[in-house]
Amino acid sequence: MRDVGVISFAASGVDRDADHNEVEIIVPVIRQAMADSGLTKPEIGFVCSGSLDYLFGGPFAFVAGVDAVGAVPPIRESHVEMDAAWALYEAWTYIQTGEIDTALIYGFSKGSIGDVHEILTMQTDPYNVLPLWPSATDMAALQARAYLEASGRTERDLAEVAARSQVNAKATPYATRSGDATVDAVLAQPKVADPLRAADVFAGSDGAAVIIIAADDVARRVCKRPAWIRGIEHRIEAHSLGVRDLTRSESTALAGAAAGVADGKVDIAELHAQFSHEELILAEALGLDAAATSINPSGGALAGNCLMAAGLQRFGEAAQRIWSGDADRAVVHATSGPCLQHNLVAVLEGE
Amino acid sequence: MSETFVAEHALEYPGGYTRSVGPVIGRFLTGLRDGRIEGVRARDGRVIVPPTEYDPVTSDEIGGDDGDWVDVGPAGRVVTWSWVANPRVGKHPLDRPFAFALIRLDGADTALLHAVDCGSPDGIVTGARVAPRWRAERVGKITDIECFTVLADGEQPVAATPRHVAADGAGDADGTDEGAVTSMNSAFRLEYRIPAGAATRRYLNGLAEGRIVGGRAPSSTEVYAASRGTDPKTGEPTSIEVEISDAGCVTTYCVVNIPGLSELAPEIPYVSAQILLDGADNMMFGLIRGCPVEDVHMGMRVKAKWADELKPDHRSILHWEPTGEPDAPYEHYKDNL
Repeated sequence: MRDVGVISFAASGVDRDADHNEVEIIVPVIRQAMADSGLTKPEIGFVCSGSLDYLFGGPFAFVAGVDAVGAVPPIRESHVEMDAAWALYEAWTYIQTGEIDTALIYGFSKGSIGDVHEILTMQTDPYNVLPLWPSATDMAALQARAYLEASGRTERDLAEVAARSQVNAKATPYATRSGDATVDAVLAQPKVADPLRAADVFAGSDGAAVIIIAADDVARRVCKRPAWIRGIEHRIEAHSLGVRDLTRSESTALAGAAAGVADGKVDIAELHAQFSHEELILAEALGLDAAATSINPSGGALAGNCLMAAGLQRFGEAAQRIWSGDADRAVVHATSGPCLQHNLVAVLEGE
Repeated sequence: MSETFVAEHALEYPGGYTRSVGPVIGRFLTGLRDGRIEGVRARDGRVIVPPTEYDPVTSDEIGGDDGDWVDVGPAGRVVTWSWVANPRVGKHPLDRPFAFALIRLDGADTALLHAVDCGSPDGIVTGARVAPRWRAERVGKITDIECFTVLADGEQPVAATPRHVAADGAGDADGTDEGAVTSMNSAFRLEYRIPAGAATRRYLNGLAEGRIVGGRAPSSTEVYAASRGTDPKTGEPTSIEVEISDAGCVTTYCVVNIPGLSELAPEIPYVSAQILLDGADNMMFGLIRGCPVEDVHMGMRVKAKWADELKPDHRSILHWEPTGEPDAPYEHYKDNL
């Protein structure tokens, strides 16, 4: 295995960007990540993106994104119709072949132009589920209740996650929901999808995230302390909610074990929890101890869920804390599909 | 920001997709049409509802033999539920507040997603006994069950009414003479409000003034008409606004003989062309009118025909007309083909 490290990260996010198209949103973020990387464009071996046509409102969202990268002369490029964390996985795999040393990965969306909760319904079974139009929140609330009743946790536990997210997000410039929230203030909110309150449901975000990864000596040359990807794995569960055990996340547990989460102390964990209860389910699946591990110090996706970018942002948030020396070992998680269907886990370490 | 620069957009396929449902989902949907619910037995003995063509654990093909099939329900128990306080009219199964629930039907080992009509969150608990409320008009879709309702202690489920009975009372009451359900129509509509973005707004504002505005990146000499905001060669923002001539030459073109493709060209045939404007390095797309289609050729000089009333809208340019000037030499546009 080659050592591959995260060496640069940039992200943007506002709750509604009425002034820029997707390309205009992506460009400054790519330019920031490139400027910070110490690499020049010809040194980037591969570009891979994550986007979703249903969010864009038409086919081939990623083709528009290429205008932001600059594809003259033609570049090596690929795309996933998923969160860009899976684009990073593809890029990491490509680097392992030895053919390239570096990759730029980006994810973007403008959720504000449509109804993201309805758009996410399009990924459900078209025969027996889509005709009923359960929104992403409706489905998440089914999992929330199943988890609460099985675990003995309470809505106060959810509110604790929601309030902490908002407080932590005060230091995250692209967060769209942050502030001095308290557990009691969250519990005073009406329920939007019983048992979930507004603060338990992710805040929307229009924006982009960019990560640059590099192998071995290239990473060491441009970055004082690369955030090395020591393990990375993803696992998926059945499509139908009714055949899954929604009270736990077996796919996260398996991916975490394969990525080596348990092989050392975890200083921080950036978990792509889009709803409060998901953070609790994920922390259990990964065996994280809240006393030893700072969970979602950035505020996480609850504080701003730029779809197709939010999972990739988790890599950036963890890497920043390794670059700065605040953390030595971090767990990163990204998710895709309703109710934590598909989960990617990585372990990042500083040297 | 003015609403002028927001495009109302819908993602919709007229008539919807027609999906083949296959033998397993087809048998389930046929059952619903006939007022009963069937599950399929997996290799480990579990009964899967709604049925799948594959074993969820082993991926073995299942449902191929009659012996794999089991009648389930119609009543069952709520495994988990969530409350929908504000139903999405036209999408959600009910237009009044309701619960979504995962329901394990009697005889099933997995749960089916459906709506429960129970008035308020106080009307449902995990473990509640529920039964389907069947529609009278059933077509072979999951929505043939309008929703589930909560059963009181000892209350029995209400069977589905016969689907249709001929006026003379004869004929087939349960609809089995219609054969199996083999396809379903899947219609959806998603609505968007798409802001133009900064670069497109500059371009549209220019059209409202009878000007064509392009953009250029500081490090490049190349000018892009109707720029999307970047120099696509480098990804650098086209931050410098450049006014471009409304005249240029045809590079490549085609003759359209299909009616109804363009609101600006009601009659066929017409010519769609790529036009290299004087002062631009990319092409604009436009319709060529004002001359017989057979006279259109590469290098022909054309000029915008502006609408009488200008708006920040692409329709401010109606089409492009020949100017009668000498053709542009091939050298002028050979890099823009």
